Amino acid sequence: MGLRTGTFHENYAQEMAILSSRRQWGTVAALLVFLFACPLFLSDRMLTILTTMGIAVVSIHGLNILTGYCGQISIGHSGFMAVGGYTSAILCAKLGWPFWAALPCGALAAGIAGLLFGLPSLKIKGFYLIMATIAAQFIIIWIIIQLRSITGGTDGLLVPKPVIGGIVLSSKTNYYYLVMIFVVLATITAHNIVRTRAGRAFIAIRDNDLAAEVMGVSLWSYKLQAFFIGCIYAGVAGSLLVHYVRFASIEQFPFMDSVWYLGMLIVGGMGSTAGAIFGVVALKLLDELVTVAGPILAAAVAPQAAASLALISHGMIIIIFLIFEPRGLHHRWEIIKTYFRLWPFSHQETE
Amino acid sequence: MTFFLQLVVTGLAQGMVYALIAIGFVIILKCSEVFNIAQGHFVLIGGYLGWTFLVPFGLPIWAALMAAIAVAIVMGLLIERLMLRPLIGQPVLAVVMMTIALSTVLGGLATLLWGAEYKAYHGLLPTITMKVGEISIPSESLIGLIVSVICVALLMLLFRYTKIGLAMRATAEDLQVVQSVGIKATTVYAASWVIASVVGVIGGILLGGVSGANMDLALIGLKAFAVVLLGGVNSIGGAIVAGIILGMLENVAAGYLDPLLPGGGLAQVFPFFVMIIVLVFRPHGLFGLAHIERV
Repeated sequence: MGLRTGTFHENYAQEMAILSSRRQWGTVAALLVFLFACPLFLSDRMLTILTTMGIAVVSIHGLNILTGYCGQISIGHSGFMAVGGYTSAILCAKLGWPFWAALPCGALAAGIAGLLFGLPSLKIKGFYLIMATIAAQFIIIWIIIQLRSITGGTDGLLVPKPVIGGIVLSSKTNYYYLVMIFVVLATITAHNIVRTRAGRAFIAIRDNDLAAEVMGVSLWSYKLQAFFIGCIYAGVAGSLLVHYVRFASIEQFPFMDSVWYLGMLIVGGMGSTAGAIFGVVALKLLDELVTVAGPILAAAVAPQAAASLALISHGMIIIIFLIFEPRGLHHRWEIIKTYFRLWPFSHQETE
Repeated sequence: MTFFLQLVVTGLAQGMVYALIAIGFVIILKCSEVFNIAQGHFVLIGGYLGWTFLVPFGLPIWAALMAAIAVAIVMGLLIERLMLRPLIGQPVLAVVMMTIALSTVLGGLATLLWGAEYKAYHGLLPTITMKVGEISIPSESLIGLIVSVICVALLMLLFRYTKIGLAMRATAEDLQVVQSVGIKATTVYAASWVIASVVGVIGGILLGGVSGANMDLALIGLKAFAVVLLGGVNSIGGAIVAGIILGMLENVAAGYLDPLLPGGGLAQVFPFFVMIIVLVFRPHGLFGLAHIERV
C-alpha cells in the first residue's frame, strides 16, 4: 500500500500511525460525526437497520480475527453470540445485575466457550474444524434448551431495560448511540489487535502453520487466543442484541446466521477491518432489499417466492463473490483508492 | 428388552439413511477433495422430484426413477461446471462456502418450486414390513438397506471395471500422476458430482416415498457428516458401518436419556457430540486413512 503523492514518513511514529495524514483524520472525523448525527434525521426504521448492522459489525470483527487473520474457520459464531447473550440476560433478569456489569461477563463467558470449542483446533484444521464448530453451534443451543430453569428453554427470557448510570436506554436513539460506541471501540481494538505480536502470530499461522511453528510461534497458545478474542466479540454482540430486543430466545441465534456471518466476511473481504464492515453493510442491505422486493414478487409470481428469494439471493451473492471477487469488496475498494491516489498515472511500480 | 431391540432396529433404519447420504459425500471427497455440505439438499431435491414425477406427472415407478436420475445427472453436471470448477485450487474455506451457498440455493429452489410444503406419496413405492417377534422392522430401514447395498455394489463394479471408475480411483490416489498420464481431472470431478447427485436423489425418492417429502430432508445431511467423520472421510465401507453404529447409538441414547432430560431432543444433537469426540480423539475416524494432516 503506497502513500498518497506528496505524503512522506519522516519518523517511526508516522510509520506506525493508522491515519497518516490530516486528510485521513478529517475523513474519519467527518464519518464519525455523520454516524452519531444519524438519529437527528433518520427514521426509527432506518435506525433499527443501522443498529442491527452495528451489532453484526461487532460480531464480525471477532470472526474476522478468528477466521480472516488466524485462519481458523468457525461456523458456530452465532452459537457463541448466544452464550454471551444468554449469560448477560440471565445476570440481568435473574440476579438483577446492572447492564454495564453483565455485558463484560457475557463477553467473558462467550470467550471461555470459545476456548472450550477451540480445543479441537489444536489437532485438526480445515474441514474438520468447520465440522467441530458446526457441532459447537448445535450443542450450545441444545444446552440452552436443557437449562430450562435458568434460560427459559424454548420459551425465551425477558430481559429488563438496560440502564447505564441512571440513563434508561429505552428509546431506539439511545440504544443506537450505545451500539455505535461499541462499533467504534470494536473497530479500533480489532484493527490494533492484528498489529500486535499476537496479531502477527495469527497471520503467520493462517499463512503457513508449519512455518509459524518452526519460527517459534506457539500454535497451542495463539490458536486458543484467537478463539478467545474472536468469541469475546461474539459475546459482546450477543449481549447487545439480547438487550436491544429485551428478550433472549434461541431463534435469535440460528445456525444459518453463523453461515451468513462467514458469507459477510467473504463478500467484504477476509483479513481486513474495513472488509468486515463492508460485508455486513452489503449483506444487510441485500436483506432489506429482499424484505422490500419479497412481497412484490410474492404477489406477482407465487406466495412462496418471497421466502425462496431470500435463500437464493444470499446463496447467489456468495457464489458470485467466490468466483468473481474472492478477495471481496475491500479489494475492489483498494483498487479504486489506488486509482485516485495515483491519478493521473495509471499504475505504480510494485514490489 | 423389547424396548431396547426396537430402539436398535429403528436406529438401524435411521443409520441406513445416514449411510446412503454419506456415500455420496465420500465419493466427491475422495475424487476432488471437496467437502460437499449440500449433500443433504440433493436428498431434499430427490424427495420432491419423486413426488413431481409420481403424483402430478403420474409416471410409473421405473419411469419416475429414470426421469429423476436424468434430472440428477444434469444437476450434478451443472453444479460441477458452473460452481466448483472455477474454484479448483482455492482454499478449503472458499470451497466449503461454495457448497454451503449451493445448499441454500437448492433449498431456495425447492421452496420456490414446491412451496416448502409437505408432499406425501405413500403407497406409490413398494413397502415391505417385517415383524420378528414383537419388534416391527420399519419399511424405511429395509428399503434403506436394500438401496444402500445396491448402490454400493454398483459403485464397486463401477470403480473396479470401468475406465472412468479407474480414473476416479487414481485421481483419489494422486492428482498429478493422473494428469501426467493424460486423464482429464475435470471429467473425473464431473463424474463424481453426477454420482453423488444421483445417489442423493435416489435416497430422497425412497425417503420421500416412506415418510413424505418436506424441507427437513435436508437436515439429515448435517447428521450424515457425523457418520462420515466417524467412518473416516475417505472410506465408503466406513460410511455404512458408521451410519449403522451412529443410528443405533443415537436412538438408544435418546430412548433412555430423553426422559431424564428436561428439554429432550437428544437425538437431534447426539451426532454432534459424536462428531466432537471423534474429532478430538480420532480425527481420521474408524476406517479412514490416518494421513490426515496433523497440526
